[in-house]
Amino acid sequence: MIDLKNLTIEKAHESLKNGEYTCRELLEAYLKNIELKNKDLNAYLEVFDDAIAQAEIAQKKFIDGTAELLTGIPIAIKDNILFQGHIASAGSKILENYKASYDSFVIKELKKAGAVILGRTNMDEFAMGSSTQTSAYGVTRNPIDTSRVPGGSSGGSAAAVAADMSLVALGTETCGSVREPSAFCGLVGLKPTYGAVSRNGIIAMGNSLDQVSPFGKTVRDTEIIFNLLSKYDKEDSTSIPEENRKTKSLNSSAKKIGVPWHLFEKGVDPELMENFKQSIEKFKNAGYEIMDIELPFSKYSLEAYYIIMPAEVSTNLARFDGIRYGYSEEKNKEVKNLRDVYMKSRGKGFGKEARRRILLGTYVLSHGYYDAYYNKAVKVREKIKIEIKKAFETVDLIVTPTTPMPAFKIGEKLDDPVAMYLCDIFSAPANLSGVPSLALPSGNTKEGLPISIQFMAPHFLENSLFEVGKKFEEIR
Amino acid sequence: MEIKDVENLAELAKIELSLEEKEDILKDMGGILEYVKTIEKVDVGDIALDHEQKNVWREDIVESRDFSRDLILGQFPDSQDGFLKVKKIL
Repeated sequence: MIDLKNLTIEKAHESLKNGEYTCRELLEAYLKNIELKNKDLNAYLEVFDDAIAQAEIAQKKFIDGTAELLTGIPIAIKDNILFQGHIASAGSKILENYKASYDSFVIKELKKAGAVILGRTNMDEFAMGSSTQTSAYGVTRNPIDTSRVPGGSSGGSAAAVAADMSLVALGTETCGSVREPSAFCGLVGLKPTYGAVSRNGIIAMGNSLDQVSPFGKTVRDTEIIFNLLSKYDKEDSTSIPEENRKTKSLNSSAKKIGVPWHLFEKGVDPELMENFKQSIEKFKNAGYEIMDIELPFSKYSLEAYYIIMPAEVSTNLARFDGIRYGYSEEKNKEVKNLRDVYMKSRGKGFGKEARRRILLGTYVLSHGYYDAYYNKAVKVREKIKIEIKKAFETVDLIVTPTTPMPAFKIGEKLDDPVAMYLCDIFSAPANLSGVPSLALPSGNTKEGLPISIQFMAPHFLENSLFEVGKKFEEIR
Repeated sequence: MEIKDVENLAELAKIELSLEEKEDILKDMGGILEYVKTIEKVDVGDIALDHEQKNVWREDIVESRDFSRDLILGQFPDSQDGFLKVKKIL
């Protein structure tokens, strides 16, 4: 019996190397849990039928001595990551039958390392949501309390890891879509520097914001995945060339943590706020210097985000038109011309939140409103970038609560889009400025729901995040 | 915003909506726009936009790709002799 609850990538690697169990046996332990739990949780939309074949290939690497750290490690992928020959539906009806015609960059890297890609996980439609309730394939439930949401949009991946249905998983972030579900499910989630991990083969939502982001139970597990995936890819024009990636690690005598208290003086659940203050005390006791910092423009991050993102959504989702792939009204005899194929395929294929954001994006980009909304939001974003860069001249890290509230009940906030959007209020500054951010568990509420703390570091200083994260794992 | 504005946006975005769906969106848009509008009063001063951005070019040379042609063709909703078939435009 493998102890999945406490299993990490390194422990599994040791056991596979020592022959305590095989890659197939490890995979089968997870498959058994999927069989037991997925009906209730709906974390996976599909378990890939070639998973066992992948495990057999991984096993050969152990036999011939070419195994790496991730060889044979079961990993779940979010439903918006292309894996050739497998369906990638982005949680949407409009892509219900879409089969990826090529491998995304991240899948190529995972395959090379011999990881076992065991299935695709549920998500908010096109990654639009903070609770995995807008998927066309039903809601995903939080394994810690099944009456609650797992967070989103990468809620399926989070639930899969939290319920031991996978060792690790990939999600994607546009604004908090990995850190927020990490917080709700008691996991570690890393949003890498924008441009660190190639977006090639990821179904885009907001191109200037999207990043593939790993989930794990420990900081080290997210670090191992990040180290594999973070490299230059010429197929993604926003991927940063190696020579432009500063990798100087945190000077271990530099332990200044900035806290922008003014960003969360209101609106945070008192129990979470108390926990945050306790965490700060723990850092003080561990010899860190805590400094109060001001980020006046970051206060408007979420507003800027809800203009920039829908603008990008409205152009990105224009490609889903029922012409080349996906849900189509082309064969409908009553549909007479091309325009009606577009109108009906898109009308029936997109869910409520996707339609809402496409129209909002169309609005903020339209003549007469462009300057007031889009242009202004881009300027505010620039101000946020500048002030965060400036803050990092005096502090090494910035810390905030990950979310203002713990996991909420299924059905909640669905009728109030703005209340839903506010779940990601502390996520937005990192996504808009492109800096990396790590969320990790910091305790539990009286009801037993996980609480999380998040760190931001300067561009390409993920190492600083891993270092402080591991420290916090010791002192929390 | 009025219902005819929603209709105009839906026409621009090529999404067919029922009357009920339009009314729903109208209601949601009100709340969302009111929220994002706070950005209007932010004083950003005279700001130059990020000039770190640059164009990324490549030579116009055909390179082999690992796309699966069969998977692409097999997903056409309608086709004829290996070509994608669409309905008349007008």
